[in-house]
Amino acid sequence: MKLFGKRRKQRRPFVSATTLDTAFSRRSFVVGAGMGGIGVLLASRMAYLSIAEHEKYTLEAESNRVNLALIPPRRGWVLDRYGAPLASNRADFRVDVVPERMTDAMGTIRKLGEVLGLTADQVADVQQRASEAVGAQPIEVAAGLDYDKFAAVSVRLPDLHGVVPQRGFSRYYPTGPSVAHLIGYVGPANAEEYKKERNPLLVTPGFKIGKDGLEKSFDQQLRGVPGARRVEVTASGRIVKQLETREDVQGSSVHLTIDGPLQDYVARRIGLESGGAVVIDCQTGGILALVSMPAFDPNSFVGGIGRKRWEMLNSDDHIPLLNKAMRGLYPPGSTMKPMATLALQAHGISPEETVHCPGGYQLGNRFFRCDAVHGTMDMQNAIAHSCNTYFWSMAHKVGYDVIAPMARALGLGQEFDIPGTSQRYGTIPDSEWKMRRYKQQWTDADALNAAIGQGYVLTNPLQVAVMTARIASGRNLTPSLLLNQKKADGPALPFTPEMLAVTHAGMFQVVNGAGTAARSRLDLDGIQMAGKTGTAQVRRLTSRGHVADWASRDHSHFICYAPADKPRYAMATTIEHGGFGASAAAPIAKDVMTYLFDPAKGMESLRAKEAEWGGRPDERMARKYAAFVGDAEIDKTLPSRLNDQGFKRVDAESRVPPEKPPTPPSVTKA
Amino acid sequence: MSIVPAPVARQPWRMLIPLIALVSFGSLVLYSAGGGGWQPYAASHLVRFGMFLVIALVATRMRREFVQFLAYPAYAIVVLLLVVVEAVGAVGGGSQRWINLGPLVLQPSELMKPVIVLVLARFYAALPVGMVPTWRALVPAGALIAVPMLLVLLQPDLGTALAIGFGGALLMFLAGLPLTWFLGAGAAAAVVAPLAFFFGLHDYQRKRVFVFLDPESDPLGDGYHITQSKIAIGSGGWFGKGFDQGSQSHLNYLPEPHTDFVFATMAEEWGFVGGLFVLVIFALVLSWGLSVARRSNDRFAKLLAAGMTATIFFYVAINLMMVMGLAPVVGIPLPFMSHGGSSMMTNMICIGTLMMIDRWNRRAPRGGLSG
Repeated sequence: MKLFGKRRKQRRPFVSATTLDTAFSRRSFVVGAGMGGIGVLLASRMAYLSIAEHEKYTLEAESNRVNLALIPPRRGWVLDRYGAPLASNRADFRVDVVPERMTDAMGTIRKLGEVLGLTADQVADVQQRASEAVGAQPIEVAAGLDYDKFAAVSVRLPDLHGVVPQRGFSRYYPTGPSVAHLIGYVGPANAEEYKKERNPLLVTPGFKIGKDGLEKSFDQQLRGVPGARRVEVTASGRIVKQLETREDVQGSSVHLTIDGPLQDYVARRIGLESGGAVVIDCQTGGILALVSMPAFDPNSFVGGIGRKRWEMLNSDDHIPLLNKAMRGLYPPGSTMKPMATLALQAHGISPEETVHCPGGYQLGNRFFRCDAVHGTMDMQNAIAHSCNTYFWSMAHKVGYDVIAPMARALGLGQEFDIPGTSQRYGTIPDSEWKMRRYKQQWTDADALNAAIGQGYVLTNPLQVAVMTARIASGRNLTPSLLLNQKKADGPALPFTPEMLAVTHAGMFQVVNGAGTAARSRLDLDGIQMAGKTGTAQVRRLTSRGHVADWASRDHSHFICYAPADKPRYAMATTIEHGGFGASAAAPIAKDVMTYLFDPAKGMESLRAKEAEWGGRPDERMARKYAAFVGDAEIDKTLPSRLNDQGFKRVDAESRVPPEKPPTPPSVTKA
Repeated sequence: MSIVPAPVARQPWRMLIPLIALVSFGSLVLYSAGGGGWQPYAASHLVRFGMFLVIALVATRMRREFVQFLAYPAYAIVVLLLVVVEAVGAVGGGSQRWINLGPLVLQPSELMKPVIVLVLARFYAALPVGMVPTWRALVPAGALIAVPMLLVLLQPDLGTALAIGFGGALLMFLAGLPLTWFLGAGAAAAVVAPLAFFFGLHDYQRKRVFVFLDPESDPLGDGYHITQSKIAIGSGGWFGKGFDQGSQSHLNYLPEPHTDFVFATMAEEWGFVGGLFVLVIFALVLSWGLSVARRSNDRFAKLLAAGMTATIFFYVAINLMMVMGLAPVVGIPLPFMSHGGSSMMTNMICIGTLMMIDRWNRRAPRGGLSG
């Protein structure tokens, strides 16, 4: 465009008022045209957005506006044999954060922690999870809040971006640590679990999956069907109105053969010791109690396990995270002897055949020392006095390959079809096993060790309990954990009632005669208990009895059944490093059996002991945790046991007649 | 002659009626953006407009000579204010863009937009015609533009600096400076722009440009604004979701629904039809402004009128391009619709100036003196 005339060759074009005026007209026209052009461009852009792309943006606006929130289904209950809940739910208030919507995630969480009274440790946990979060998924900050705290957060919402207070349900275990290993615990799904299942429910805040034990085995059954809520939300996540709601369907419950109060009693009676105990119904094979102590409080795991708590549990030499009843392997010691007598009889050894015990047994140039000089021993007395020499001599004579099949037939070294924690099934050795495992010949010394439940023999308390139940009933009972799903007995056991009678008589004498556990005789009219002690060496070179170092003391075992004449309950107790079987394990078994037949009397004994130990396990644990993290960070969220009114109670006290008021310690607990 | 009194009939109703319609429409949109109430935005929007309109009507009575006389002092005062703002900001720590004068919050950089047009119009009106194609036409004008631009850039406020630069350059163009200079400047800018982009801009400004080029790269940060604004406009469709029914604005998805993104708020509720209405009114107002410039008798009035029109246009164009995703996010409000005193004042100064020139035109019909 030539705006300045035609005289281009001149260095300076000719300019006058007229040319400027013309230039202005032309150029203002250009400017006007440019404006018009941009106007048209804007109009067409507008048309493109609002007409051509209308559907796409409408959809995006809707997906902004409407939020489909899954309502976590209420988890199914785990019930004991009387229908009382071992695991239930309780309504609570919860606070979540959505890291994506937070402007200052770390600061807001810190502020939230102050409002909720979280410990520095808990705040750090949440901050870490928030920094690892992906997408719009909310993270649970705290659950089980009381209304005051919930309200305090709700009022401060304008300052707390991305914080979402919710009402929901959380898992509740009325007897806490007593059922920890049996039932396991629940927790939020982690990234791996989510990757495996790809179910959006897993990352819905407030939704928990079973992490361990029965909670894990029956997770799908317990889960239920989530509800859904379509809500209109603001950009900061505040819910403006409910659009529609579909109710959740609670998960179905799981009925166990467990006797809730008994389970609680056994757990509490183990006290300060470390060990496992299993009680089996001799009529059905149903497991009445399956306990491993010390344990953790599964209630404190519901909102995710705090790092400090985890540290404390991991650093405990009593290994509270191990289910000792199913995964703890111990040499069973002399509790093997009743089984061995059955094997010997089935092999043709007469119960009257005697062995002289001079205080030990000479094998080649090695002398196996017995506990005492027992003198002449027949089979029955060998059980009653736990004479090793008798069993060494017999095992040397018949060979261990005769005993091992009976051990297996009675359940030792076997894995049972029981849901929950996977079992470690240990070893019942024989010559073939040793060759396979170590490429070595089976020696006589191996046989002697195995005969008294030492050496290569390793069993878990559940197996020992099954063995006891099978010996007590004479039936090949199959242990079961689900109520009304009794499993058929296995093939008939390879011994006759006459052979069994000899073994029973020996076990009767252990407790009621001059046997090793005479002090643990039941103080009940007309009900007697038969049993067998076991003391298993942990280290070969230590002498028996009390050693200062806890970890090198012997394991203390006791198996028993009662009533002796008409077996109803069979029990196996293992106390790690408890010393003599008669001193640690047998008294526990005695109290448990007493409780089974006379709850009030059993409670009396337990209360006296708990007063010495410093309260119930959950109370002791709370104190221990407080000491571990320091006084400043006492975890106040440990739920109370007393506010589950309306439910059938499952704790040990519930068996005691109602006219007896609860003792002060359990009332004053906050 | 007519029942309408002469002072009323004299007013430029061709522009005033659409403008009042636009402001009223704007207050309806602000009514909705304020959560469905006259408070806090809609009422004050109308009050401000009425107040500035009365001031403008009074100011139209100013004479040409007085306005010409006013140009340099006004420029000097505003530059001084810019320096003061800069100094206060430096003393107080951090950037500051306004001065608190009791109840009045003054943003000098806003004032500079009409004033730069005024001072350049004055400069070129007084420049002897023969000097237009010489350096004497360029260098002083360049300095007049550069000083406030640099001061505003220091604040830092890129949007306003560009608006000042745009006004100044447009005035040079209309003043008849040789076209080759503009082409040369364009070529130079093409070379310098990338360098300035990488070395001259602040990080947040650079990021805005990147995000503009690819909004999805940062859907929750800066891209969020553009994305949400497009969703608001796009979901409006032909006729919109209805008055006070916009979910994007009411549920806070749309950032700044009452200021920079007021057009998106409007488009969500009134749809394409509403958007077209707004565009048509701006076209009417701006074309009236250009016609006032063309009808003017002298160079000063022509340049002043065209410059004021261009200033309004720059606001409209940049704002609408921004909300529709055609330009990066720069904080420039939409004239007569966005809530905010400073922007209303600037735009009413422009409108008032145009009305004043319109009045000059009527009093001294075409063909008189030239300046």
